[in-house]
Amino acid sequence: MLPYPLLTAALAIMWMLLTSFSPGQLLLGTAVAMVAGQGMAALHPAKPRLRRWDLIPKLTAIVLYDIVRSNIAVAGIILQGRRRQRTSGLLTIPLELHHPMGLAVLAVIVTSTPGTAWIDYNSARGTLLLHVFDLVDEKEWLDLIKNRYEQLLLEIFE
Amino acid sequence: MSHASELPIWAALLISVFLLLGAGLTLVGTLGLVRLQTFYDRIHAPTLGSSWGTGGIVMASMIFFTMLQSRPVIHEILIGIFVTVTTPVTLMLLARAALHRDRLEGRDVPMASPADGETDEPAAD
Repeated sequence: MLPYPLLTAALAIMWMLLTSFSPGQLLLGTAVAMVAGQGMAALHPAKPRLRRWDLIPKLTAIVLYDIVRSNIAVAGIILQGRRRQRTSGLLTIPLELHHPMGLAVLAVIVTSTPGTAWIDYNSARGTLLLHVFDLVDEKEWLDLIKNRYEQLLLEIFE
Repeated sequence: MSHASELPIWAALLISVFLLLGAGLTLVGTLGLVRLQTFYDRIHAPTLGSSWGTGGIVMASMIFFTMLQSRPVIHEILIGIFVTVTTPVTLMLLARAALHRDRLEGRDVPMASPADGETDEPAAD
């Protein structure tokens, strides 16, 4: 009946956020969400299995904090113009994370943090090609991705 | 409350701060897009707009309409979520196209993709 209960619930809530919180919209939204859940099941996507729910708020907090920090850093660099010497460069990072959902979340984190951009991922070797805007110390960025994000994602997904 | 002029001063200030922050960051991002020198540098600048640029404006909008209509108005958060989860798609598309072009033109780019002739090597790296 409900192959993806979370997806169905999220869609129903989204429906009510966009319309109004009334019994009629709840019924209509739930109906639409259930049909969408069936449609999703027909695509047979890999079923995501979250092992550690409790770590998600921690990851969210870390990422939000990092986004604020890097927003300030990148805005500062742009406003300083060419007065400051800056090297940007590509960085290859070996990843232990292979779960597609985990990789997708990592891509969202890396992309929404100004200063780092996900360029390419090699699924055969499990390496990520990352572009860093202000590359002072390669080890520092490697450490950031591996220890700060990947470690948590590994615990959540694998 | 139904008019913006009836907002209490603290709310008006808070809304203005978030709105200016969001709009300012987006402006800095677009400036960077114009002024930075290489393609890979340029893709970093608009992420200012898609992260806290959007975030600030969304926050301002949520506070404004929550105060004005005297009920929580939070559906703007969906805008933030959708902008965040869809940005990587376009960014990766652009970045990989640039990478492909650079490799075709023989520029020195590190390899990460198996389609580049470097894959026959044993996994010694």
